[in-house]
Amino acid sequence: MTWKKYWTDTTDDMERPLTEHISFDRPCYNLRDYEMNGGYQALRKALTLSPENITNIVQASDLKGRGGAGFNTGMKWSFVPMNGDYPVKYLIANADEMEPGTFKDRMLMEGNPHQLIEGMIISAFAIQANISYIFLRWAYKKAGRLLKHAMDEAYAAGYLGKNILGTGYNLEMYLHTGVGRYICGEETALLNALEGKRATPRAKPPFPQVSGLFGKPTIVNNVETLCNIPHIINNGPEWFKSLGKGNDAGTKIYGVSGRVKKPGLWELPMGVSMRELIEDCAGGMANGYGFRGALPGGASTDFLVKEHLDISLDFKSVAVAGSRLGTGTMIILDDHTCPVGFVHNLEHFFAQESCGWCTPCREGLPWTEKILLSIERGEGKPEDLNLLETHTRFLGPGNTFCALAPGAMEPLQSALKYFREDFERHIDQKKCPWR
Amino acid sequence: MIAQDTLTTEEMAEIDHEIALVPVRRAAAIEALKIVQQHRGWISDDSLQAIADYLEISPEELDSVATFYNLVFRRPVGRNIILLCDSISCYVMGYEKIYVQLRERLGIGFGQTTADGRFTLLPNACLGTCDHAPALMINNELFRNVTEHDLEEILDRYH
Repeated sequence: MTWKKYWTDTTDDMERPLTEHISFDRPCYNLRDYEMNGGYQALRKALTLSPENITNIVQASDLKGRGGAGFNTGMKWSFVPMNGDYPVKYLIANADEMEPGTFKDRMLMEGNPHQLIEGMIISAFAIQANISYIFLRWAYKKAGRLLKHAMDEAYAAGYLGKNILGTGYNLEMYLHTGVGRYICGEETALLNALEGKRATPRAKPPFPQVSGLFGKPTIVNNVETLCNIPHIINNGPEWFKSLGKGNDAGTKIYGVSGRVKKPGLWELPMGVSMRELIEDCAGGMANGYGFRGALPGGASTDFLVKEHLDISLDFKSVAVAGSRLGTGTMIILDDHTCPVGFVHNLEHFFAQESCGWCTPCREGLPWTEKILLSIERGEGKPEDLNLLETHTRFLGPGNTFCALAPGAMEPLQSALKYFREDFERHIDQKKCPWR
Repeated sequence: MIAQDTLTTEEMAEIDHEIALVPVRRAAAIEALKIVQQHRGWISDDSLQAIADYLEISPEELDSVATFYNLVFRRPVGRNIILLCDSISCYVMGYEKIYVQLRERLGIGFGQTTADGRFTLLPNACLGTCDHAPALMINNELFRNVTEHDLEEILDRYH
């Protein structure tokens, strides 16, 4: 299994809290195994603390959202009103992993479902929510089965339901399985999906922390973010900060897919370099293939190229290099794959998954896709490149209702910068040089 | 308009279970579509009308939801549904070869159903198993690292 740890550096003492109890050579831990390995101790501890205290600890740990936005999790929680005026609040785990090239939350849920559930109960307690949802991608059948079983075990053991562990705190947990749309990963669109509507994003403000699901205060956190919570409560914010190497705290589930020797996932200190990830973990490029670039954090991130191999994969360093850490799961562009075809594939996805709510995205993405397809087929004109560049501005930040179209423009604008000659060769030769 | 079709007792019981979990009746719309599709394979106009009546919303409103989501089928589908991942990691790892082979073997392209009703073939966005690309799902089962060689054997399991 590629989910085993391939890290072979001098890091035998490295802590891997998220994956310490994950192995795909055996079934995932049931409740008893999980408890025997320290499970639900963090919840017991958290229930002795005040909700505000938990939020402060998480904020001090500098845990940043692992779904791609990178916002301080504790700070996000701190915007939830705590004055008792809101009897109904919600905590939602965003498990709608659908960013192309991203497969880390599947591993966490299939590998240790109780870790997510414990993280959710603590997080719900911190904002005093009494209802929680796991918004799970329909395709994750195995994760769904395992989570349902783990939830049943947690209810039976008194970790969920009424009067949890005799503290008087109540929490219900539901598993909602979606019916497939990328935009459901956007947190306000996810709320509309949970309300049984079309998953179009909502205007902000009001933010979900104040007016979210059914108009009630709601926190939506990514699966990996929530899985970190029990460890932060057990070990404290200073411990969590010490796990990171560079600008960011904690560990991160990094991934590599494409033409490398060993595609897979690894839990590593926040801030490892791209070179370490590709060469040490993924074993380098597959035989006969060369590295041309990579999308560092899923389909909606800008290309990084050879000159960036030594930058740290933390939120700030990747931003300075002109891209985003995103989900931390990297897709490699190799030298046998046409960059125009690669970007066309991405824009086809984004055009298809646009919710259609705002005009620039609904109209602009299909045009972008069509222009790229015509270039790929050898029917491109020299002025098409300027037209594409114009689109990257028209569909960029500030011009659309949500982040989908700006995200779609990131790989395109950086491909036009780094692989411009490849686009020009298609137009000059009137064919794709790779076909 | 009077519904030409009604929900079965079983379908209504399952939808009632979902309605009980949400503060407003219409919030169960997606669950209700999933339940009826589970029983009938797809959502016909008559099924849509019956669900809308049951949820006390207009069929137009329910159809706007039904047609939004990739996996609510508003046309008949085959007994088995092949979802072939066409997203970026599978593109790099050669899903197009698998698609060509499926087209030749089954005589259908994306969005089509074989004449005998055995398979419907659909493209699908990233299946979240990118370290084992190319990938496809048939019904509820995931197949990873699919090669042209495996494909024949995989298809033979479904009737």
